[in-house]
Amino acid sequence: MSANMVALAYLVASVFFILALKGLSSPESARRGNLFGILGMTIAVATTMTLTENWALIVGCIAIGAVIGTIIAKRVQMTAMPELVAFMHSLVGLAAVFIAIAAINNPVSFGLPEVLPAGSKLELFLGTFIGAMTWSGSVIAFLKLSGRMSGTPIVFTGQHMLNLVLAIVMIGFGLWFFFSETTNWTAFIVMTAIAFLLGFLIIIPIGGADMPVVISMLNSYSGWAAAGIGFSLGNPMLIIAGSLVGSSGAILSYIMCKAMNRPFLSVILGGFGSDGGTVVATDSTQKTYRSGSAEDAAFLMGNADSVIIIPGYGLAVARAQHAVKELAELLHKKGVNVRFAIHPVAGRMPGHMNVLLAEAEIPYEQVLEMEEINSDFANTDVVLVLGANDVVNPAANVPGSPIYGMPILDAYRARTVMVVKRSMGVGYAGLDNDLFYMDKTMMIFGDAKKVVENMVKAL
Amino acid sequence: MIGDIDPLIINLTIFVLAIFVGYHVVWNVTPALHTPLMSVTNAISSIIIVGAMLAAGPAEMDWGVWLGAVAVTLAAVNVFGGFLVSQRMLEMFKKKDKKGSA
Repeated sequence: MSANMVALAYLVASVFFILALKGLSSPESARRGNLFGILGMTIAVATTMTLTENWALIVGCIAIGAVIGTIIAKRVQMTAMPELVAFMHSLVGLAAVFIAIAAINNPVSFGLPEVLPAGSKLELFLGTFIGAMTWSGSVIAFLKLSGRMSGTPIVFTGQHMLNLVLAIVMIGFGLWFFFSETTNWTAFIVMTAIAFLLGFLIIIPIGGADMPVVISMLNSYSGWAAAGIGFSLGNPMLIIAGSLVGSSGAILSYIMCKAMNRPFLSVILGGFGSDGGTVVATDSTQKTYRSGSAEDAAFLMGNADSVIIIPGYGLAVARAQHAVKELAELLHKKGVNVRFAIHPVAGRMPGHMNVLLAEAEIPYEQVLEMEEINSDFANTDVVLVLGANDVVNPAANVPGSPIYGMPILDAYRARTVMVVKRSMGVGYAGLDNDLFYMDKTMMIFGDAKKVVENMVKAL
Repeated sequence: MIGDIDPLIINLTIFVLAIFVGYHVVWNVTPALHTPLMSVTNAISSIIIVGAMLAAGPAEMDWGVWLGAVAVTLAAVNVFGGFLVSQRMLEMFKKKDKKGSA
């Protein structure tokens, strides 16, 4: 294929990638969007095939990857989606590093001059360190999300200083690599090693509930890594696809930060919820709460006109989505108006709750976003909070509270509030939740799935 | 005149425009589909496989080729895993009345 034909085919693929994202604007067009993405990727790979000589090797590698990828995609539990995404980000990051190393080793095979020009070196440097940080950061995110590593932030004194020094040293070696006349492997290897280390160090202080931001950020990084490699190879398709992914991840991080009312930098610097010393509202010594059984709750809901269910991370942990669907269906049959209210940061990744509810075949028309439903709480008979805490904490409306200004679901406005929780423990923000002590609130202690199943039985 | 321009500048132009396209397209994504958005974009970022294939391409086999081959495998896991899991998730967002064999 001529270079022009290749470039045109890459353009077609790029357009398909844009259409893929465009398709996600509504659930109806989303599957077609995904097909566009597949089509774009197929065109891109088939076109690139004509530029290579080791067909057997490449087809073999793709086949191995295809088998592994297919098995993972078929087997993964919907509740495990955040760690799967983190795992896949790590693959992109590592692949970017390997490609950059191969490009430095043999620039000619990438259509680059024998002696790398300064511009290419800079681009390879960028692609490598973003890729390396994406890999190690995603590995930590994966370990934290899958529970193989504690979600509590790991903090030590001088942490930010250390990161800063490492970043400067890394850039220093990058410059050395950049200005060396010949290929300076020493500088490149040290630079890459520090980038790997930095990826680890940047993610360890970030706590579990801040993961929606982290995972979006890593999503963004993986895109920038691809764009960086695209610059090195002078390949516009890689630049376009990488930028789409990069901006998508960046927007998601922004939305998540906004939903927690926390500046991006403070999330990234981490350590939130670890320093118990600064928490103000710990005067809960004598506060009383009312607890009830699942049967009482079922009775109340069965007699209500309207019920709003607020799912949180607790629902995902307990894998209670199917039980919840049964509950909603039973209530619906009794003529109760059942709806679901989703906070943007509920769960461990953007849209986590929506996927779980969709898996349980709860019609998405019943699932509403915060802005759509917040004004309805005042006219609602019963709110059922399932494993959520900070996102319904009215302390967000109290100036001076650590979460002041965070948009919340106004569950406290409903006539009756029922909270399913494992214990009276505080949420991620380390704050007591006044909602639990209101006269109209009933606490139901237990595993979300068991409690909901008992409710279903009682109905 | 276009021949006088450094390719870096042309690539930069493409880069900046693509970010604008991404920005506008992504803001239109419904929040309910944010998880599929992440898995689709993740699959798209495995476009890096193109670079990996070039690395694994030369007939003259040295360690760089093998490194490229590993990168092809990693990226391929992502291509297939990413698109298939997105498909699986998006199937769940079908309207209930159309619920059939899926």
